[in-house]
Amino acid sequence: MTTLTAKDKDAVRTFWAKVSGKEEDIGTDAVARMLAVYPQTKTYFAHWKDLSPSSPSARKHGVTVMKGVADAVSKIDDLKGGLLTLSELHAFTLRVDPANFKILSHCLLVVLSIMFPNDFTPEAHVALDKFLAAVALALAEKYR
Amino acid sequence: MTQYTLQAHRPSNRCLWEGRRVALKVASGAGDLQTCTGKPRDSKMVEWTDFERATIVDIFSKMQYEVVGPAALARCLIVYPWTQRYFGNFGNLYNAAAISGNPMVAKHGTTILHGLDRAVKNMDNIKATYAELSVLHSEKLHVDPDNFKLLSDCLTVVVAAQLGKDFTGEVQAAFQKFLAVVVSALGRQYH
Repeated sequence: MTTLTAKDKDAVRTFWAKVSGKEEDIGTDAVARMLAVYPQTKTYFAHWKDLSPSSPSARKHGVTVMKGVADAVSKIDDLKGGLLTLSELHAFTLRVDPANFKILSHCLLVVLSIMFPNDFTPEAHVALDKFLAAVALALAEKYR
Repeated sequence: MTQYTLQAHRPSNRCLWEGRRVALKVASGAGDLQTCTGKPRDSKMVEWTDFERATIVDIFSKMQYEVVGPAALARCLIVYPWTQRYFGNFGNLYNAAAISGNPMVAKHGTTILHGLDRAVKNMDNIKATYAELSVLHSEKLHVDPDNFKLLSDCLTVVVAAQLGKDFTGEVQAAFQKFLAVVVSALGRQYH
């Protein structure tokens, strides 16, 4: 995958500033969508009592995931180093197939498109797509 | 930006259904390609729920083709720049602004979107509906089928922006299922 250029990082930071305050809504919507559109992702949450997209567990998880993404934005200059602990978590404990990072990224982009139709320009889209791909790569770092 | 000349894209001998490189045999007469294991392809029809049918029909009945089509194709060319390889004769694609303002991109985006109308009208036989278009994309246009998925993703993003809150998770699931079936049908005749 490609490295993030200075332009990409700027675009991500600029867009993220606009997102500020709405992280929880974005996260919960993205996870809900992921569960609805890609039912195979539910296999990772068999321990939840309620697997429906609008369940309290799903909402809580959306918030958790989004905190991780927001953290990644702040560590955009060194994602590999910054996300080391999270990578270990995903690799050794959660063991999420990395293909699912792509799925969740797509759902995040759809949510951003809905919530920020004017700001989510094609230029912002490509920068964020690259960023999320880089985050996914950093998360998969410790897998093998 | 350097403009590279369009090279003829040879489809690989990769089995599209199981991803392994094998020699494919085309079953004579039946028109059905065999899978890598040699077993005849399961030709079960796609099953659509009432909700899915209604959702697809609804989305396309409200579709602003001249807005969504151009926006989706432009976004695809910008977000996944390697897709520009198929549009060497479209003129200025040097940056996002040029792509978004390019009239050929706009016209082609509208054409592509209208191409989906056939699937909307024949949801129970999308496979057969796109047989000819599949041959066109593989034999004449030499488009890597992965690009269909990239365009689908961009189309989803654009439609989401159009529909806003109405583009719920359930609606998205129906829309993406529909696009996945179309993409599969378009990739079917590759060999």
